Amino acid sequence: MLPDLPDLVVEARGLTKRYGTQTVVDNLDLSVRRGECFGLLGPNGAGKTTTLRMLMGATLPSAGELNVLGYPIPQQARQMHLRLGVVPQQDNLDPDFTVLENLSTYASYFGLRGAALDARITELLAFANLEAKAHAGIGTLSGGMKRRLTLARALINDPDLLILDEPTTGLDPQARQLIWQRLRTLLAQGKSLILTTHYMEEAERLCDRLVIIDSGRILVSGSPAELVQQHIEPHVVEIHGRGMDEWFNSIGQQFIQRSEHSGETLFCYLADERPLLDALRHCPELHFMHRRANLEDVFIKLTGKELRE
Amino acid sequence: MSRAFPSITLRWLPVWRRNLRVWRKLSGPALIGNFGEPLLYLLALGYGLGGFIGEVNGLPYIVFLASGIVCASAMNTASFEGLYSAYTRMAVQNTWGGMLATPLSIDDIVLGEILWAGTKSLISAIPILLVAALLGVVHDASALGVLPVVFIIGVCFGAMALVVTALAKSYDFFIYYFTLVITPLFLVSGVFFPLDGMPDAVRIGAQLLPLAHAVDVVRPLMTGQPLPSLTLLYLMVPLLYAVGAFWLATVLLRRRLIS
Repeated sequence: MLPDLPDLVVEARGLTKRYGTQTVVDNLDLSVRRGECFGLLGPNGAGKTTTLRMLMGATLPSAGELNVLGYPIPQQARQMHLRLGVVPQQDNLDPDFTVLENLSTYASYFGLRGAALDARITELLAFANLEAKAHAGIGTLSGGMKRRLTLARALINDPDLLILDEPTTGLDPQARQLIWQRLRTLLAQGKSLILTTHYMEEAERLCDRLVIIDSGRILVSGSPAELVQQHIEPHVVEIHGRGMDEWFNSIGQQFIQRSEHSGETLFCYLADERPLLDALRHCPELHFMHRRANLEDVFIKLTGKELRE
Repeated sequence: MSRAFPSITLRWLPVWRRNLRVWRKLSGPALIGNFGEPLLYLLALGYGLGGFIGEVNGLPYIVFLASGIVCASAMNTASFEGLYSAYTRMAVQNTWGGMLATPLSIDDIVLGEILWAGTKSLISAIPILLVAALLGVVHDASALGVLPVVFIIGVCFGAMALVVTALAKSYDFFIYYFTLVITPLFLVSGVFFPLDGMPDAVRIGAQLLPLAHAVDVVRPLMTGQPLPSLTLLYLMVPLLYAVGAFWLATVLLRRRLIS
């Protein structure tokens, strides 16, 4: 029998990864609770993928203590892998195999076979909406189908913890909705999820708790709602249009406590949006949109507007 | 930990079986490549060149050549598998990356790949042996004893190729290995001509490398001559290379894939 699942499916203390003199992950403390969806957010190069790789035992930490599903990592990575599912950022489906063969071959890596496996595969094909494609080659699948197959493959061993590295990158909105729906089903079944994504809407919808990291360090952590409440003004007005800069310097700035320029748009962060909106109604040449602050505003405030590559 | 000798368990089996499954789907072109080319060498050189040469060591040239071609084909097949195919699985298709997220480890993958390379060598040698038998250049059923030797050659060269793959940054890197190692071995291991007439340096050099000993065992098995008295010792040479390369490939791949 497998040991019982601990209350914390991931416990990391002082997790650090250095390559030469460069510190990619810097003294990270993380805890992921059983049954929650935990988000790991950050700009490119923040250390997300390295952190995930250490959690999976695929990269050896330079320092720190790490337990995943109760197993010390990397020492007992093999035992942990029996109960882990991984959806990698880059597809690594076997291109020479059909959908069905991909699932059964991957199952063989876990030592799974027989009638129970056949039943599991039937179930997973339905879960991934791929019943009609069971005998199709990988080359004939759309991007969304491949992601769903990768998700189904990650579930072949009925894992307790699922690690998803940008599961919806590159998908169209419909395909993304379908993946979200499936991830929510998994959460309802009691599985624990760790997710990285560049889509703040995705994190806001799915994650119970998340951290935003940059330069290998945690900037903030909490639930999406907490982060929005604690780190940003509740209202955002986005303004663009001809003559905006002149308007801002002569009139606008008296209504705005904090604002940021990004491209040709001015983002205004406000506790009370009404005075600014009244003023804007007198400027027909300016376009503006008022909305509630969201996680993306928090993310940009904390990590800056400049492009990361 | 990272330099430890690889752990040996039965977990290599799913890795091996995955490769077999792919091979079965693509076996048409693979078979033609593995066995068509050596067969052309055998026919063209055996009959063409053989007409001028006549006998070598008391054997018709094609009979002499057939045993060498079986060994060379085993070496080439395993080398291709351990270089190009393994590199594709490692760096292009990320197949190994997927395996490493499961209970399989680098050690299991390397062992599975090495045993698969040995299997591929067997798959390529069997049709050549069959054709050689049909042409009447095989002496008797003791030629079946060639198969375990072919497997050893495949395991040896598969393991050596994986060391090169572990160091490769792209497919181009393999040209060095083919030009500097495989082709010289192909030419001076007694495949095409006996080594007796070669300068001492070449002869002794060839004796330190794995292919010549295998040829020395395969040739009597196929031609019905008595086996050399040191047969087991001869087979230890490719086996030692295999074990050393297995260890080195595992250590290098641990460093490359899990660092």
